[in-house]
Amino acid sequence: MYSIKSIRAKLNKRRIMSAMRATQIRRLPGFGLTLGFTLFYVTLMIVIPIAALLLKASSISMEELVETFKTPRVQASLRLTFGASLLAATINTFFGFIAAWSLVRYRFVGRRLIDSLIDLPFAMPTAISGIALMAIYAPTGIVGKHFLAWGIKTAISPLGVLIALIFIGFPFAVRTMQPAIEELELEAEQASASLGASRFQTFLRVTLPSLIPAALTGFTLALARALGEYGSVIFIAGNLPMRTEIASLLIVSRLDENDIVGACAIAVVMLASTFVLLLTIQGIQWWIERKTGRN
Amino acid sequence: MSRDSRLSQASRDPKWIQWILIGITVGFVTLFLILPLGVIFWEAFRKGLKTFAIALSDRNARSAIGLTLLATAICVPLNMVFGLAAAWATTKYSFPGKSLLISIIDLPFAISPVIAGLMLILLYGIHGWFGAALQSMGLQVIFAVPGVVLATIFVTVPFVARELIPVMQEQGSEQEWAAISLGASAWQTFTKVTLPNIFLPLLYGVLLCTARAMGEFGAVSVVSSNIRGLTNTIPLQIDALYNDYNAPAAFALASILATLSIITLLAKSWLESKIEHRSKESEEIQ
Repeated sequence: MYSIKSIRAKLNKRRIMSAMRATQIRRLPGFGLTLGFTLFYVTLMIVIPIAALLLKASSISMEELVETFKTPRVQASLRLTFGASLLAATINTFFGFIAAWSLVRYRFVGRRLIDSLIDLPFAMPTAISGIALMAIYAPTGIVGKHFLAWGIKTAISPLGVLIALIFIGFPFAVRTMQPAIEELELEAEQASASLGASRFQTFLRVTLPSLIPAALTGFTLALARALGEYGSVIFIAGNLPMRTEIASLLIVSRLDENDIVGACAIAVVMLASTFVLLLTIQGIQWWIERKTGRN
Repeated sequence: MSRDSRLSQASRDPKWIQWILIGITVGFVTLFLILPLGVIFWEAFRKGLKTFAIALSDRNARSAIGLTLLATAICVPLNMVFGLAAAWATTKYSFPGKSLLISIIDLPFAISPVIAGLMLILLYGIHGWFGAALQSMGLQVIFAVPGVVLATIFVTVPFVARELIPVMQEQGSEQEWAAISLGASAWQTFTKVTLPNIFLPLLYGVLLCTARAMGEFGAVSVVSSNIRGLTNTIPLQIDALYNDYNAPAAFALASILATLSIITLLAKSWLESKIEHRSKESEEIQ
């Protein structure tokens, strides 16, 4: 009935209540100061800039928006951005699962090193990742030249964009699946095996279904990051109009041409799609909570 | 029971599957993570230490390093104070709109850096909301140093708050109440009770914030005029050198920031092992 945790929580509550009575105050000090500063800073640094973009965007007429998206160059860049991002997120989810599974379940030499290297794309400045990837996958690079021998261009091609987006999204996939694999109930796998299921059947029917929510979250995070990525892509992409130009780069070139309205139009589409993705993540989390809450 | 002994026969994969999956992991990590990291230092030192030293002592490189340090020195303390205030406000009290506030704090993570730069142009550019007023006061923001600083702040706002909020949520306010009821002032409570409890995550948040502030490229490149020796940060200077086909100098500068990111990774695994150690200790006490 009474777990140690609940008793302790009750004791804590009583202690806090008596402390509150003793000091005649109902809140820890600092509420006005900390909340006031937080609201001021958030308004100045985040809310006003976003409002500026949204207001500017709302002043763009529908015809102008349609005109922007009729441009073949814009269409090509959006196709490339969304296509490469979706593909990269899919590849990352697959390899991210294998990496997360190996890191959690197996013991091998270099495991800890690999585990800490996974976060490299988070920690590395994007422009540096960009020139490093270009150095490796360029036609003269140590990997690129081998692919070129087979007639595959790994840089200055859509494949180069894909490589950069895989690089940048990989940690999201691994880091969301790792805790999920750690929390798997081994008893369920054992029960399944004792009922005569093969290891593969157990994996497919018991293990995999409980990892799907985490895999989806990882996929969405990797996708959201890929859609807005700039620094790590532009070097290896080569930025050929109609072929390897991503949407972020198009925004930059519109700004260089002083076409602020055009830049805003593309930016608004990118932002809207990112928010749809974030809402999806929230939906997944809500779904997981409801599911685990019922058990 | 340790995890290994719980991994009974039933949940253990056959050896050959283990080998294949480990092989794929190692191959993928080598191709996408180890090679890019290695190539930076290889390219930086390939032409010898002397080229490396010349590249770093170049006037434009030095001014880029100076501007990066300046922007970081303004941005990190501001975001640290903000992170502490935001974490205190959102974990010690309940008020309406709290979860909305936390979501807004996270927004810069979700916004493409290029779009962040665009927002600042809309605000502080010549035709922007505040641009004309600032211009008449003789203050240029966009295509100048203040714009670089603002862009750096925007992309790094959430870092410290993000690390602190979950930790302070978990710790609760019991100890602070105890201190207050024993007669400690608000400031004493914060510095003697709260701060020691959150020191490690605070340190890690500041480190992440620093690494990102020094390395930001997209947002800064939009609001900077890319004038060498004036408004170029280290990443922008790397970009400029690379486009000039001066790869050795670009990689020499890049190796500095790459070293910083390696330090960040090491700090992270050190911190994690420390936290793991602590939670094990507290389990033993129970």
